[in-house]
Amino acid sequence: MKIKYLLNGILAALVFLAVFPILFTVAGSIMGSQELKQVLEPFLTGEGGYISWKFLPLYPTLRAYIEVLLDSPEFFVMFWNSVKITAGVLVGQILIGVPAAWGFAKYKFPGKNVLFLIYIALMMMPFQVLMLSNYLVLDGLGLLDTLAGIILPGIFSTFPVFIMYRFFEGIPAALLEAARIDGAGEWLCFWKLGIPLGSPGIISALVLGFLEYWNLIEQPMAFLKNKELWCLSLYLPEIDASQAGKAFAVSVIVLIPAVLVFLAGQDYLEQGIISTAIKE
Amino acid sequence: MKKYKKGSWKGLLFVLPSLAGVSLFWLIPSMDVVRRSFFGAVSGEFTGIQNYVAVFENRAFRLAAMNTLRFFLVCIPLLVCLSLLIAVILTRQKKMQQLLKSTFLLPMAIPVASVVLLWKLLFHKRGILNGVLAALSLPALDWMNTDASFYVLVASYLWRNLGYDMILWMAGLAAIPQALYEAAKVDGAGEWKCFLSITLPNLMPSFFTITVLSLLNAFKVFREAYLVAGDYPQESMYLLQHLFNNWYRELSLDKMSAAAVVTGAVILGLIILLWKTWGKEQ
Repeated sequence: MKIKYLLNGILAALVFLAVFPILFTVAGSIMGSQELKQVLEPFLTGEGGYISWKFLPLYPTLRAYIEVLLDSPEFFVMFWNSVKITAGVLVGQILIGVPAAWGFAKYKFPGKNVLFLIYIALMMMPFQVLMLSNYLVLDGLGLLDTLAGIILPGIFSTFPVFIMYRFFEGIPAALLEAARIDGAGEWLCFWKLGIPLGSPGIISALVLGFLEYWNLIEQPMAFLKNKELWCLSLYLPEIDASQAGKAFAVSVIVLIPAVLVFLAGQDYLEQGIISTAIKE
Repeated sequence: MKKYKKGSWKGLLFVLPSLAGVSLFWLIPSMDVVRRSFFGAVSGEFTGIQNYVAVFENRAFRLAAMNTLRFFLVCIPLLVCLSLLIAVILTRQKKMQQLLKSTFLLPMAIPVASVVLLWKLLFHKRGILNGVLAALSLPALDWMNTDASFYVLVASYLWRNLGYDMILWMAGLAAIPQALYEAAKVDGAGEWKCFLSITLPNLMPSFFTITVLSLLNAFKVFREAYLVAGDYPQESMYLLQHLFNNWYRELSLDKMSAAAVVTGAVILGLIILLWKTWGKEQ
């Protein structure tokens, strides 16, 4: 019985660790500026004890949000840049990636195995390894310092193709045979069977893609010099600690879409994660 | 030569748009980088392995490679074991299993930028963590400016990836036929015995893939490290990713291309390993 208490204790501690950044940031965003200054004093001045955080502000206020939403025009510029990048990449990945995944999963053609191996190899390379090649293309095409220079390479990321491939693979071949005997063409098979039956895979790829591109840091940092094109993940660390209230409010606003997508797409997220590793 | 049925090009048609873009944006430039790694950046002359020699003699590269290696060797085994432990606990936990699973997965969804300020406040010399340590009468550490910064990296990595690996382990655990355990229990095997001789061997195929995925995710810890500590962080958290970033800013294209080829080749080696384990599974 003692072990059971111990295990529950460990679980409780881990639950706290997993959620405390959210509670912490939300608390900071509704704290009044005076109170925040007081709490952060050791951090700002380097004197007088340690920061002791409060999860419940004395006088909750939404002033920081008002400041962000009404008095920070640069916030909206970066917000829309983030939206454009994420939406552009995801739409492109679906238009280009879904047929590709279907082609790899359901057809045999010369060179398929080699090509697919290349796709997997590219998917596994960290950004830093591909950074120089990415730079060379963008430089060659004149896409440096444009949003298209971030979106286009993202569209041709091979990761979503791989995820969707794993789901399409599970559609029984007999089903397609039957459709073909009934006279359905290749396009009809894809449109009427592949997409509906593979939709969990498509949604998984979308959810994983959203979390990745909403959080994009390396590419904009390397390829966007013009601050007007920056996205939220570059804007946030720029906010000075003396404006902590504003920083917390922006943090919460960045957090909200990610958490909503996470909650809504959680089953698909799990399936997507599992599909990368375990063959069924 | 394999023979292909008539109409085998149909599949290629589906793949073609993607293939064209992948070739243009990734494949061809990557080959160009491999070519460049053998040429001088300024002179444009063939220099053989001179760039590689320069990279391996570079002090910053050695420091970054050693730190990255050390980071992988500490945090990956830690993550893989810890997430297995939690997966086993959660699988047996009938109550609130789904809720706990979601909670542990949550950090993966939290944007890095949203926690940057928190990380700064947490690990500052007068920060929250030291406040907690002081309350427990433990000595305070200057987390970001001493070798302790390495553990800040490890902690960030574990925090973000624990749920991801846990989900993978749980899928592996669920795939083990329940009948095996029942048979073993009939034969009088205890829980611990069951774990050692049924659970662990059956998890071996998952083990390799989880390790490789953990490794790939380990590269992303750079995001936290960079946003919290900038271009030149404390030495023990200076990773290969920082180095690439700095060489990119200085436009040291020759060194960068050679280092990219070396890093890429090491990762490719691991992928082949992964490919083989997948092959065995089938």
